[in-house]
Amino acid sequence: MTVSIREFAERGADLELVGIQKRFPGFTAIEELDLTIPAGSFFALLGPSGCGKTTTLRLVAGLEEPTRGRILIGGTDVTSTKAHQRPVNTVFQSYALFPHMSILENVGFGLKRRRIADAEARAHEALRLVELDHLAQRRPAQLSGGQQQRVALARAIVNRPALLLLDEPLGALDLKLRRQMQLELKSIQEEVGLTFLHVTHDQEEAMTMADTVAVMNKGAIEQMGAPEELYELPRTTFVANFLGQSNLFTGEVVGTTDTAITVDVQGTPVIVPTARAARHQGEVTIGVRPEKVALHRDAPASSAERNLIGPGRVIDVSFSGVSTQYLVAVPGIGTLTVFAQNIGFGPVAAEGAEVWISWQVEHGFGLEDEPGEAARFPADTDTRSIAAQRRDALVAELEEH
Amino acid sequence: MAFAAFATAEAQPQAPRKKSRIALFLLLPGILYLVLFFLTPLVSLVLTSLQAPREFGDIGQYDYAFNWQNYVDVVEAYWPHILRSFGYALAATVLALAFSYPLAYFIGVKARRWPLLQSLMLVLVIAPFFISFLLRTLAWKQILSDESFIITSLKALSLMAPDAHFTGTPFAVIFGLTYNFIPFMTLPLYTTLERLDLRYLEAGSDLYANPFTVFRTVTVPLSMPGIVAGTLLTFIPAAGDYVNASRDFLGGPDTQMMGNVIEANFLVLLNYPAAAALSIILMAAILVLVGVYVKRSGTEDLL
Repeated sequence: MTVSIREFAERGADLELVGIQKRFPGFTAIEELDLTIPAGSFFALLGPSGCGKTTTLRLVAGLEEPTRGRILIGGTDVTSTKAHQRPVNTVFQSYALFPHMSILENVGFGLKRRRIADAEARAHEALRLVELDHLAQRRPAQLSGGQQQRVALARAIVNRPALLLLDEPLGALDLKLRRQMQLELKSIQEEVGLTFLHVTHDQEEAMTMADTVAVMNKGAIEQMGAPEELYELPRTTFVANFLGQSNLFTGEVVGTTDTAITVDVQGTPVIVPTARAARHQGEVTIGVRPEKVALHRDAPASSAERNLIGPGRVIDVSFSGVSTQYLVAVPGIGTLTVFAQNIGFGPVAAEGAEVWISWQVEHGFGLEDEPGEAARFPADTDTRSIAAQRRDALVAELEEH
Repeated sequence: MAFAAFATAEAQPQAPRKKSRIALFLLLPGILYLVLFFLTPLVSLVLTSLQAPREFGDIGQYDYAFNWQNYVDVVEAYWPHILRSFGYALAATVLALAFSYPLAYFIGVKARRWPLLQSLMLVLVIAPFFISFLLRTLAWKQILSDESFIITSLKALSLMAPDAHFTGTPFAVIFGLTYNFIPFMTLPLYTTLERLDLRYLEAGSDLYANPFTVFRTVTVPLSMPGIVAGTLLTFIPAAGDYVNASRDFLGGPDTQMMGNVIEANFLVLLNYPAAAALSIILMAAILVLVGVYVKRSGTEDLL
């Protein structure tokens, strides 16, 4: 399928990045990138600032040239095609609305360049889609940030590009407007069937909107998959901590069965299903999501289905309405995070309380990182936990006298 | 239509109005200066332009009158000079713009990555100011004289007729005007281009505009404040210039501009009313031209 910029895309085109490398004087933005985005999908590139995601987007848009590698859109090699000849449109992070043109002229700009008939009527139509047609004659400076963002979106989608690039387009919006825009983007994508490539550092945004998320770190893709898959089964420490929070432990594999491995975490055996663990021998890093963990006031009976760690001490309780986050310091292991839904009234454990934590064996996961390279928890208890224990000891001593 | 309700309810922020005597006091020297050195000569000029020759008086003796005939006389006598002035000034402005825009674009946009080069080039643009304007124009007269290397070489190469001259021709005057006012064109252009947000250019090329279209539809409109400032700073002084067109510099008898005529009337012919009337006409014409130009270029919301 060849894509011409003279006509509207009937459907999204797939994007293929083959062996892309991008070097700038002094640093390498993208080490080695291979990526295939199927037509019609909503793909998110997620990563912290400086991970190379915006550079990737700019390479696809044609605003930068790769040092090495090829870019294919709809099967056509566009590596050496200039930006204005690519069937791609971008919603820029800064919106980049032309300040000297009216909103209507901004939206109609791309259509006029492609000499598409009745550009004005189409521009009005796109503005109606984002509910801004009544401001068509204004200048961008007269609009609020949210309105400008919607104009930027209209200016891109009016061209019906085979591939729409979104560079942190919702970053400047407040929470409510952002939710609204997320829904709008998603419905536009479903309606029009375009391929969306969305670059963001907001993990929640990536997970709610995209059907495939690629987590980028230091110029390479760490892990790629459906949002649920990435969240439930992170492969690396970076993904485990960047996409939500994780409780991670390191230890030696001491037992292996057909279905599970047992890891010795500072003397406590922790079982992880073999299918959910990337490494099955030697030093490994394993983890569990904080909301999968249960908090117990009394030592529960040990069972084969649940991993049990404890006792530890609650060193921090933060109540956030729908849930409560507890930080539990466990001697020898470190500080673990527990999210508990507020099913009863208020927190179930106070600061300083002695607690046990447990989770179902099938909720654990094993990472593929070398534990030596991965962030390790301090072997000893941290200062806050020591302080809490000291204080309890002092209270007990005072009560005795 | 919920958005419309918010959009129209924009409150105009009212600056608190304080009747400050201090502000007035601080403005006083400026106001005094303007009254003394602008308003007084202007009134005097208008009055002079309406004077009539003294009956049975000597040459150069005039009485206050309301002789508006002076204006008709000078237009009749000097209309070629008036047209020539604006023609030369326009040509010089267009040439200076054509020369300065790429230069300013290079310094302000392309050289952004090398601040040292940027500063060096700016210094080079300003450097001619360290030598007197008259000296530089005289130097050009030497460089372009009939015996100069350039002209003899051009004649040797048959690119110029053997009996042709360069100095004293309209080309020489326009060349001199262009050369002398290029820094006044380059600097305002540089200041707007230096602030030009390149992301707009990227957005333009993302929206299917080829480099030339991006330049025409994005770069030029966004640098309009600099173009307007630069052309005004070039056109206004060039229209009134009398050095370049003077016979002592690059001009000849057929290249006299309004400035030269005013000078001759004031200092040689001692026809003060005619000189004053010409000055007023020059001033009024420039004001009207500039007013129309600024209005037409539509840069009010960019300034």
